[in-house]
Amino acid sequence: MTTIEDYRSDVANQWCPGCPNYGILAALQRALVDLTLAPHEVCLVSGIGQAAKLPHYLRVNIFNGLHGRAIPAAIGIHVAHPQMKTIVTSGDGDLYGEGGNHLLHAFRRNPDITVVIHNNQIYALTKGQAAPTTPRGERTRLQFDGVEVDPTRMLATAIIHDCTFIARGFAGEIEGLAEILKRAIEHPGLSLVEVIQPCITWGNHPVEWYRERIDPIGEDHDPTDRARAISLALRAPDRFATGILYELPPRPTFAASYRERIGHGPLAALHPVDRSILNAHIERMTVSV
Amino acid sequence: MKGLSLFVAGAAGEGIQTIGDVVARCFLGHGYPVFVSQEFESRIRGGNSSVRIRVADEPRNAPTESADILLAVNAEALDFYRPSLREGGLLISPGEPGEDAAHVQIPFLEFAVEHGGAKLYANAVAAGALCASVGLPFSVLEGVLTEAFASKGEETVHANAAAAKAGFDVAMTQLKNVGTDKIPPRKNRYVFASPHETIPIAAAAVGCRFIAAYPMSPSTGIITAFTRHPELGVFAEQAEDEIAAINMSLGASAAGARVMTATSGGGFALMVEAVSLAGMIETPIVIVLAQRPGPATGLPTRTAQEDLLFALRAGHGEFPKVLLAPSDPQSAIDATVRAFDLADRYQLPVILLTDQFLADSRFSLERLVLPEGLPEPHFANPSTIEDYARYRLTEDGISPRLYFGQSKHLVVLDSDEHTETGHITESLDRVRPAMVEKRLEKGRRLKLEMSPPDSDGVDGADLVLIGWGSTKGAIDEAVSRLRADGRRIGSLHFTELWPLPDLDLPEDARYWTIEGNATGQFAHLLESEAGLRIEGKIGRYDGLPLDAETILEELS
Repeated sequence: MTTIEDYRSDVANQWCPGCPNYGILAALQRALVDLTLAPHEVCLVSGIGQAAKLPHYLRVNIFNGLHGRAIPAAIGIHVAHPQMKTIVTSGDGDLYGEGGNHLLHAFRRNPDITVVIHNNQIYALTKGQAAPTTPRGERTRLQFDGVEVDPTRMLATAIIHDCTFIARGFAGEIEGLAEILKRAIEHPGLSLVEVIQPCITWGNHPVEWYRERIDPIGEDHDPTDRARAISLALRAPDRFATGILYELPPRPTFAASYRERIGHGPLAALHPVDRSILNAHIERMTVSV
Repeated sequence: MKGLSLFVAGAAGEGIQTIGDVVARCFLGHGYPVFVSQEFESRIRGGNSSVRIRVADEPRNAPTESADILLAVNAEALDFYRPSLREGGLLISPGEPGEDAAHVQIPFLEFAVEHGGAKLYANAVAAGALCASVGLPFSVLEGVLTEAFASKGEETVHANAAAAKAGFDVAMTQLKNVGTDKIPPRKNRYVFASPHETIPIAAAAVGCRFIAAYPMSPSTGIITAFTRHPELGVFAEQAEDEIAAINMSLGASAAGARVMTATSGGGFALMVEAVSLAGMIETPIVIVLAQRPGPATGLPTRTAQEDLLFALRAGHGEFPKVLLAPSDPQSAIDATVRAFDLADRYQLPVILLTDQFLADSRFSLERLVLPEGLPEPHFANPSTIEDYARYRLTEDGISPRLYFGQSKHLVVLDSDEHTETGHITESLDRVRPAMVEKRLEKGRRLKLEMSPPDSDGVDGADLVLIGWGSTKGAIDEAVSRLRADGRRIGSLHFTELWPLPDLDLPEDARYWTIEGNATGQFAHLLESEAGLRIEGKIGRYDGLPLDAETILEELS
């Protein structure tokens, strides 16, 4: 039996008091407990940023790597150890900005990992510069006259690539977010959860401003309706549709054909390839008379 | 037989590789060792390129720039490579080669159509002419062609043989005035391989299960070997860029797989941040850095040894790493096994420095040995650990390594400075200095077990030639020619470059370095790290491999 206690980390938290990141932490913790996963069955992967510190605040396996590079590291972990529940938790700057290229290619690969994007529309750890999600015109501590480029629309991009599970949650609604995270973690293949996470220190709007703009998706939404999913995703950054925007039946996950050949355990547990195969290679290089 | 050097020259897409390969296999099948190197332009069609075959009674695995026979498949190649032909050499070409050299003139394309039925048999005509010119019997060529084209059906085999025979016969007729010695058959067998063909086999043998790489000349053959040969059991992924490639590999390594990646200088530049990551999270990885001339895009299909100091200093911050530089297919196997072993035991990045010359040259060796008793991955035994800390401080700096999911022990890796349990810390007084010392201590221990260079005749030598990596064949050839002239010459050849092993060398000898770069990067390392006084530096940086002739000219 897994309990909340099992996941409690004794690492001192570095987030600002009252940061909505605490809501994401609580929701993730609840989801892992509800899924009866033990801490050693979970690996949290992150890049750099305030959001990327989340793994330290749970008792789990952790790969806290380089800025922007959480997704490739998570893909490597997934290939080497498919039974490990591998979850990326990082910010929008990390996953949409510095590492945006990797997310695009993750859509193509469909690794069996979950990616949780803390979207606060600002760079917090570096103290208030524009994120790739900051709306045009908003002033920041670097773009003093307002951001002069348009925000990225990554969720819509994910839908276009038929990523098979795409959802959005709100850090201020822990229960609903926990349910979404559970569904995402259980989904075979790449699952994407963007979480609206107002930044109470550097953000341009208070939490209430965001709460007023949260639109839970109604029960009538058909999650296989691609056109509607895209139009829901494209309401951002003015309004934020939350819930499961898009969900398709699972398709083959990354490295599936390799796994069919080689078996399904951790790569570390495999015996080295048979010596006779290697000797045959050397024999093939030997030119006979 | 006397040693021979054959150049097959033409444009990209004209089949000179096929001609070269067929003739090389004829010699090998006849019992003679060949060395085949290639130089080509960075294009798919056109330009000037050549395949160079050296053959002798004993292996001569080193490049040469003078040809005894030049076969040029077009007029431009004839003009371009003609200066390489030694005095008294033989030209084979479709056009009028002029009066000043012995020559065989064969219109390859017309012969191909007439005797084989299609232009595509021109390569067989050329191979026939070349075999006749060197004194190989036609039956040997026929055997090689039959084996090579058996899978394409009897008709193709016959057409190739007919075209080859036509080339062979007309060359024999025209050569009456030149005369060739017949080469007697021998029973000798040779392994014919390039170092980039043996590295993947060694990697699979040692238990490598994962490679992610981005295609970049001259490194692409490494990952391709694993996709071409799925029986090697290595998962291979073409990453979206080199940054993804190395970060994927490090993720897989953290989850327990033995991993590698391969790239060239520009791609390695993109990987550098993650090289530092490997140093910080103490996660093993083997990186093949196949060098080509830079800066920037440089000369994509040419060779160089320009990235030694770059590789050595790659990665911000201070952490240990290992640099190994093999010189032939056997040393590539040994260095690969050693690379994985050191990476695992010391939990750090190991870089294998190769180059285009090693990637694209095939060597003849009497045997190729895959070592027995391959190294263990050196994971800790989780059942003997109560409170696990991934970065537990130890006397030798090496902490017990577990992988994600190996047991119920939680594994925490962090690119930030971290505590013994792997969590982010800013404890500047206690944790930080201890972690810096821990990481550097691994490098100090490592230095003690680095292998010394191959040493040949250093004691009593007036002059010692020092090289590393791919230049071994050329330096060995230069040394033996100098000794034949009565000079007292020694040589030192380094495969294990960093940490630089301790050296104990005679003080009265003069030391010269020979490298494929302009600034003497290894000379700099020897002077600054070992206090060795380097009297002379020979560097080649035109994009071609160092050869004995160039070394001898520079020395005189």
